[in-house]
Amino acid sequence: MDIPRLPLGRWIESGLDWLTSEYSMVTRAISRVTQTGIDSLNDGLMWLPEWALLLIIALACWKLASPRLAIGAAAGLALIWNLGLWNPMIETLTLVVIATLVAVVIALPVGIAAALSERLYRVIMPVLDFMQTMPAFVYLIPAIPFFGIGSVSAIFATVIFSMPPAIRFTTLGIRQVPVELIEAADAYGATRYQKLFKVQLPLSLPTVMAGINQTIMLALSMVVIAAMIGADGLGSEVWRAIQRLRPGDGFEAGIAVVILAMLLDRLTQSLRKASR
Amino acid sequence: MDEQRPIKIKVRGVSKVFGKQPSKALALRDQGLKRSEILEKTGQTLGLSNISFDVHEGELLVIMGLSGSGKSTLIRCLNRLIDTTEGDIIIEGENIPTLGEKALLACRRRHFSMVFQNFALFPHRTVQQNTEFGLEIRGVDKKERQKIAHTALQQVGLEGWENAYPHQLSGGMQQRVGLARALANDASVLLMDEAFSALDPLIRKDMQQELLQLQTRMQKTTVFITHDLDEALNIGDRIVLLKDGEVVQIGTPEQILTQPADDYVRRFIEGVDRSRVLTAASAMRPLRTTARESDGPRTALHRMREHAIDSIYVTDRDRTLLGLLEAETAIAATQEGADSITRYLTQDFRKVSPEEPLQHLFAMFSEKSFPIAVVDEQQRLLGVVVKGAVLDELARAGEQ
Repeated sequence: MDIPRLPLGRWIESGLDWLTSEYSMVTRAISRVTQTGIDSLNDGLMWLPEWALLLIIALACWKLASPRLAIGAAAGLALIWNLGLWNPMIETLTLVVIATLVAVVIALPVGIAAALSERLYRVIMPVLDFMQTMPAFVYLIPAIPFFGIGSVSAIFATVIFSMPPAIRFTTLGIRQVPVELIEAADAYGATRYQKLFKVQLPLSLPTVMAGINQTIMLALSMVVIAAMIGADGLGSEVWRAIQRLRPGDGFEAGIAVVILAMLLDRLTQSLRKASR
Repeated sequence: MDEQRPIKIKVRGVSKVFGKQPSKALALRDQGLKRSEILEKTGQTLGLSNISFDVHEGELLVIMGLSGSGKSTLIRCLNRLIDTTEGDIIIEGENIPTLGEKALLACRRRHFSMVFQNFALFPHRTVQQNTEFGLEIRGVDKKERQKIAHTALQQVGLEGWENAYPHQLSGGMQQRVGLARALANDASVLLMDEAFSALDPLIRKDMQQELLQLQTRMQKTTVFITHDLDEALNIGDRIVLLKDGEVVQIGTPEQILTQPADDYVRRFIEGVDRSRVLTAASAMRPLRTTARESDGPRTALHRMREHAIDSIYVTDRDRTLLGLLEAETAIAATQEGADSITRYLTQDFRKVSPEEPLQHLFAMFSEKSFPIAVVDEQQRLLGVVVKGAVLDELARAGEQ
């Protein structure tokens, strides 16, 4: 019994090749737009003196969350500054912000559509399972032929990897709106859009925010990994430390990632509570 | 009297099958199969079967039945939150089951407000914003709808709570918001789905009273769903009794109590506090004899003796009640040689309208225990209620 091996890998490659050559116009356009976005945000954040940005973030934490978070944020950012990791931290933050923005912009409408259409829901859920369980590194490989080495590829892989929770939670949030409230809206003659914007979306907001929080966390973990395909930032510091066998440098960059992660998490959590 | 009111909603032959092949289930029903048999054969539930009734303008119609009787389905068919399988529901010439999407929205906005069992208030909106919801949906401008909502909140006694959120209110207050939301909408029909069932008994009684007061004031056509017979009897102008998705009886509370259509209804009305709903009319006896104003005392006495009674009601030619003549007075009159009884009449007796609840009559029997006169609005004598009859009627109610 000699069953021939399925050339699954080759099929995928030829498919990707075809996509790359057929849609090079599109990928190049996306690449240019994304790169511009990354550069401007990066430049903007770096144009500000370190202490100014630190103060702004601490103040934002104070306003949106708590004085405690503000103090923690200031201390953490000061440590990063002190370790000389300020610029890599800004680069990482930029990638996270842009990847999250793109992911959310795609995820919200998709999530809403999946919540309202049973058929779409059944199509999308397995796709999301696929996106989430595929090892994250794998997305890096096709990103390169599409967008070349660098930050744009990192964004592409990050968006794919981090988008599922935002879609899932949006869908969940809308589906969780109690039936009797939907009935009430219907009974008073609400159109589909009135129902969506006056009842379903406002009520699902806390759940949607939880999804966005997850997306941010996944995005952060992915942009660090994306250093392997040339993304700038804290990840590339870690990557360099691995290559030079310098555990001290690696941990320093790692701690900076942890600080950034906690800061982003607490900040979005408090936004979520406020939306309740 | 309700029969004279114009018809607001005409429900004709409405059926609802929950399942994928409704025509099959209906065919089986037409062969005479029961609901449970249809479920067994087809796996489909016959929620409603061939329901017909009218809702009159301005009346409070109660649809009552136990859980599973289809009452919630039925009220949702009225504004098509649930699609019917067959039958017509006609409101002002529009047949609701056949309306297109746009027409349905317009129809809901114009004709229906709804109050829900679990209030269904929007938790992210304030009391004021909840009350405005229906108007907002219809695109009424902000100033106008704020004014209307304010009035509605006043009507339900929630002034000063405009900026509270639903979770800050008690159940009773939440349902008042639900009611205000419905009233503000000013649709022509008010649908109330077990509106008071989630409230505790005292609050519930209060709300029933308030609804009745609102009802007398506003004369809004109302369809009220309940599983509670007491509630139905208390507030309903008429009652539609449902069982297993079919109409068992339609009638006024008194008709349901005194002329139950079948054993099911009879068992249903067991244990109801009948004195509250039974009225003077049900215990009233026709008069065996009366005296005329032109009669002399002797004639009157003769009539009393003939029927072995010691007092007699005196009427004029049109049966308008003039007073009561007691035997003793009549005897005195004959001794004085009077030839008319009009001067000897007493007004020391009680008279009531036929609608007077029986329980009120109890307190009216004085020691002398004259029969209570039942008179209509023109003061015409319709009959009398004697103490024994009240007791009999109540005892009979207890036995059943």
